[in-house]
Amino acid sequence: MPPVVRRLGHAVVVLWAAFTLSFVILYLLPGDAVLTKLGAAEAGVTSSPAEIAALRAEYGLDDPVLLHYGKRLLAALHGDFGTSVNTGDGATHMVLTALPPTLAVTGLALVLAVLFGGTVAVLGTYTRVRVLSRLLLALPPLGTSLPTFWVGLVLIQVFSFQLGLVPAIGATGFSSLVLPAITLALPNGAIVGQVLAKSLRTQLEQPYIEIVAAKGASRARVHFGHALRNAALPALTLVGVVTGNLLAGSVITETVFSRDGVGRVTTSAVTAQDVPVVQAVIVLAALFFVAVNLLVDLLYPLLDPRLARPREVSRV
Amino acid sequence: MPRHALSKITPVIALALLATACGASGATDNTAAAGGAPKPGGTLRLGISSNPDCLDPQQVGTNAALNVGRQLVDSLTDQDPATGKITPWLAEKWEVSPDSTAFTFSLRSGATFADGTPVDAEAVRTNFDAAKKLAAKAPLASSYLAVYKGSTVVDPRTVRVEFSAPSAQFLQASSTMSLGILAPAAYQKTPEQRCQGEGLIGSGPFVFDSFKPNQQIVVSKRKGYAWGSPLWAHQGEAYLDKIEYQVVPEPGVRTGSLASGQLDAITDVQPVDEPQFTAGGFTEPVRPNPGIVFHLTANTTRGVLTDEKVRQAVSKGVNRAEVTDTVLTKNYKAATSILGSKTPLHTDLGKELAYDPDGAKALLDAAGWVPGPDGIRVKDGQRLRAAVLFSAVFNQNQTVLELLQQQLRKIGFDLAIELHTNAETTKLTNAGDYDFLWYNVTRADADILRQMFSTKATNRSKLAPGGELDTVLDQQSATVDEAVRGPAAERAQRIIVEKGYAVPVFELTQVLGVGPKAHGVEFEASSRLRLFDAWVS
Repeated sequence: MPPVVRRLGHAVVVLWAAFTLSFVILYLLPGDAVLTKLGAAEAGVTSSPAEIAALRAEYGLDDPVLLHYGKRLLAALHGDFGTSVNTGDGATHMVLTALPPTLAVTGLALVLAVLFGGTVAVLGTYTRVRVLSRLLLALPPLGTSLPTFWVGLVLIQVFSFQLGLVPAIGATGFSSLVLPAITLALPNGAIVGQVLAKSLRTQLEQPYIEIVAAKGASRARVHFGHALRNAALPALTLVGVVTGNLLAGSVITETVFSRDGVGRVTTSAVTAQDVPVVQAVIVLAALFFVAVNLLVDLLYPLLDPRLARPREVSRV
Repeated sequence: MPRHALSKITPVIALALLATACGASGATDNTAAAGGAPKPGGTLRLGISSNPDCLDPQQVGTNAALNVGRQLVDSLTDQDPATGKITPWLAEKWEVSPDSTAFTFSLRSGATFADGTPVDAEAVRTNFDAAKKLAAKAPLASSYLAVYKGSTVVDPRTVRVEFSAPSAQFLQASSTMSLGILAPAAYQKTPEQRCQGEGLIGSGPFVFDSFKPNQQIVVSKRKGYAWGSPLWAHQGEAYLDKIEYQVVPEPGVRTGSLASGQLDAITDVQPVDEPQFTAGGFTEPVRPNPGIVFHLTANTTRGVLTDEKVRQAVSKGVNRAEVTDTVLTKNYKAATSILGSKTPLHTDLGKELAYDPDGAKALLDAAGWVPGPDGIRVKDGQRLRAAVLFSAVFNQNQTVLELLQQQLRKIGFDLAIELHTNAETTKLTNAGDYDFLWYNVTRADADILRQMFSTKATNRSKLAPGGELDTVLDQQSATVDEAVRGPAAERAQRIIVEKGYAVPVFELTQVLGVGPKAHGVEFEASSRLRLFDAWVS
């Protein structure tokens, strides 16, 4: 079987597993979306049991579990995840509407994370000033240990409330992207930086570096042309993971920065046990994750031509 | 190691950064003059705390949604927030049958929906029929119409609404946004479409513009609006051109955005943030919610709560002033009855609800409960213990209940706190599976007592039918005449409080933050926002 076909097969299994697992978990939770909705309305629920039963029937919540699952899976194959109990909107529509603002922030965050992580790692290992090197290389552990929520609030305090440089809320224009992207980029860039710095140092200790240097290559050429190229592989693998982190992190940044997006949709859907929406989100996230990792896999051979040969591929 | 040293310094730097950030946020520009003559035009940027998942006022039950819906629809009647009296709005006058089963409304002339169609008797009938059919999709509206029989169009400007049982509460219900009148065209859309704003056509002072979920709702001035409630400060069109509701879930960001002028007003100021907005041109309008206060409903069929003396002791052992003074703020009122002080026909039972730990201990001693080794009383091997079922619909629920737990421990009562999700709480509540239930209900009519305590309704205290409480609750429901309703409602409140069917604690309160540029942001009778008279300078 050609590797690409096998990969696609994997992807289908991953998507199905995500769909099924989310269904099982949400189904096992006590209560359901109808009860949650009635309980959330600070109204004193006076709806009669008959009315509640009618509403549950309308959303198919009273079907036997396997039938319910089968119906959902069949509809999902046609791209229809059902109607949100909470908003009355189509789940697929809700998630697709929320996607662009999330992609804008996570996209910018990914660029910033790679820039930040790359710069710190490369400079930290290149510089001969020991203090600077240590300072730079101390940044990644710091970045990963700061809670995103807190970083977001501090950034808002300083750059929006104090200096008035960017709006604190809303999603209009590029300026509203900056703070949430930085907030997201910080911990993820730190991970990239940490791994890249580690593998750069490992590469710099390899015998081939001495040979290259002995052949008369400049220090910059050794560092950027040889060590970095080899050290980039693990960091690239990590970018795939980081992309997933960024999506997960948007739950927090979108709440702190009052932005619409997949993160907000997820939070409210999970709280409301709004199964159609949760499943749409999960399948979308799985799809995204699979796609990014596929892309990363395809990029490997560009960095390391040895990986382009099929036999070598299976070893990696 | 330098890395080690750095990690020690970082928190210090970070703390300093945060301190400066917090310190300066109160010192915002406060030069704008407060008040002056109202000026038409402009946009009010209002920060709200949660996404109104649905915008149709007939279907929704959350404050965030009702605060939007109220501006889009008019109601048959209005309710004076100061007196609780029902006053004309779309209906000029009305007649109620002696047994309060038929209500005949005479509509004013000239009012139109935003699509140009007239507000007539047929439209009113369409609305009530549709709201009744929404059933559990419209929990508030359908509870107001629980015994709705049908409406008759007497003539284009007269509609008679009939019920199969006395329904005095309907008069007040007709003033709420939950029974606000939509254009008949609205019902050509599905309830789900109306939720998203499609076909959400009312006759109100503002019209729906756009809804970006989790982000923003925009409504704009209805041109030519001339049928406002006579209660309002001005007549004609609203002052504001637009209202932008911004969804800002994080309380700190909401207050910071107001302080830095990025918003003009916000809802749901948290107790911890309240001191920020009491100076510098900022104001903090507050209003307690009418209806049933936050309280412990006792399930009188369970465990130690079957004993009236125990329930009475719990009520005496609760220090309500300590609750409002410590975990809440001075803006919140200690409960003085099972009904909130802003509810019409509220009776002040403050004396009966005074903190009296000695009285509580005496009651328990007399009932044979003696302190055990850990301070919790026991009797015949049974511990004096009950659990309270609650969900986190109000942020401070948990802290308030923890304080009650400490207070009750002093009289030897063990209150177990059981936090559940909304869904579980609904389920357990409906199943009657609780000792104590912690909740509140917003409703500016004393009939809410019947809905919660009558054995013919939800009977949350699980009382046996046929008691005096049922009788007086039926009495207050049978007439709109306050001379009869008043004494009946008072009796009901006394029975509930004195027999310990419920232990009232505090009144839920709406706290707004209003910046120097916004004026006239006011509450209506149910403590939701009324923005018709609001303006920006």
